[in-house]
Amino acid sequence: MDYISSFIASYGDLFAQGIVDTLVMTFGSCLFAYVIGLPLGVAFALTTPTGLHPMKVLNTVLGWIINIGRSIPFVILMVAIIPFTRLLVGTSLGVTGAIVPLTVAAAPFVARIVEQSLAEVDGSLIEAAQAFGATNVEIVTKVMLRESVPSLIRGVAITWVSLFGYVAMAGCIGAGGVGDIALRYGYQRWMADVMLVAVVICVILVQLFQSFCDWLAVKVDKRIRN
Amino acid sequence: MIEIKNVSKVYETKEGTYQALKDLSLTINDGDIFGVIGSSGAGKSTLVRHINLLERPTSGQIVIDGVDVTNYEGKELRDLRTKIGMIFQNFSLFQQSTVLKNVLFPLEVRKAEKTEAKKKALELIKLVGLEGMENRYPSQLSGGQQQRVAIARALATDPEIMLCDEATSALDSKTTVQILDLLSDINMRLGVTMILITHSMEVAQHICNRIAVVNKGEIVEEGATEDIFANPQHPVTRELISHHQPGRN
Repeated sequence: MDYISSFIASYGDLFAQGIVDTLVMTFGSCLFAYVIGLPLGVAFALTTPTGLHPMKVLNTVLGWIINIGRSIPFVILMVAIIPFTRLLVGTSLGVTGAIVPLTVAAAPFVARIVEQSLAEVDGSLIEAAQAFGATNVEIVTKVMLRESVPSLIRGVAITWVSLFGYVAMAGCIGAGGVGDIALRYGYQRWMADVMLVAVVICVILVQLFQSFCDWLAVKVDKRIRN
Repeated sequence: MIEIKNVSKVYETKEGTYQALKDLSLTINDGDIFGVIGSSGAGKSTLVRHINLLERPTSGQIVIDGVDVTNYEGKELRDLRTKIGMIFQNFSLFQQSTVLKNVLFPLEVRKAEKTEAKKKALELIKLVGLEGMENRYPSQLSGGQQQRVAIARALATDPEIMLCDEATSALDSKTTVQILDLLSDINMRLGVTMILITHSMEVAQHICNRIAVVNKGEIVEEGATEDIFANPQHPVTRELISHHQPGRN
């Protein structure tokens, strides 16, 4: 008991701050990544040759952007865009400095995931909407996005968990968070207890969010008889 | 009146060109329940999807009430489509929307006033016999009930024409008769012209007043239902009829 209370006394605040930082970074960058990635993904899905509004050139360019974005390893991307990060938010350090590269890394990922969710929508529903005189904008908002809500929620979970992994890497360049604690105390100082606690916290956070998303995706899915 | 004039449809595929419709002409009068019959791959669906321009003819014209609509685009096309309801083999209901929301869809698209749209949708839900089910989701309904929702949705914008693409093929025979009777009732009460694609002569005989038999992209026989059944001329028609003679199954 003494050991536990002294551990909490020594590292409690550190971990509390680390958890808050991790949550702010993952949810913040997840939000910004969707602000950029969702329209990109919709545009990509619509402009494919079999899409609602085929546009070969735009589709190819979007495909390049998405693939280039996804092919740069995050460790390299976050260092490479430090000048851009500084230009945008004034610092490359801390939570603020980390959200920029996290967003840049996740946006193309989100675009791809959104595109795949939209591609799953039954083509006959899109055709039915066309037969009723819907515009393409209406088909996107009232049919494609609405019908794919459960799939989009699962996509958010995948994105967030990926970002969770990136945040730990961002700890390498002073981003803070639980991953940063594991690196600084667990790895650099060989403090096994801190490392263990950091790992357990990571597992719990990921499990919680994933389970929540799984539950929500089923809850909102009206194809499932309740 | 719907006139399909010398319509050909050619698809370019990697394996070469495929001609789905060959210089096909057809006239459907107002108030008809017109059956388009043929085996699968005959071109029935392609033909009917030309009427609301889900398919465009490679050559030829689609004329509705004397107006050539073949090259309609944008708003003109969308306005035309709100005058043509459509129901599908697999119902094509929006799975994440309630019965009411499904029926409201064509009205929302047409920017109808909200309270009036809702009143109209509820009336139609009652008309198709689903009163009290407006807040259910498609997955909670039987196949026959889902097709009733689809019929209500197709009627939402007071269409003059209704296209039925194998509307009863996914249903059992008892439900099929119920749905056909409903369509027949709508035709009589609201005067909606019905165009019914089917591979089943039984369905055609039950409800259609006129029939066109389609084979390999061409109409091989056309006429009043009783004449075609009494005196089929083309081998394809005879074949289709023989398949559903009592005692042959």
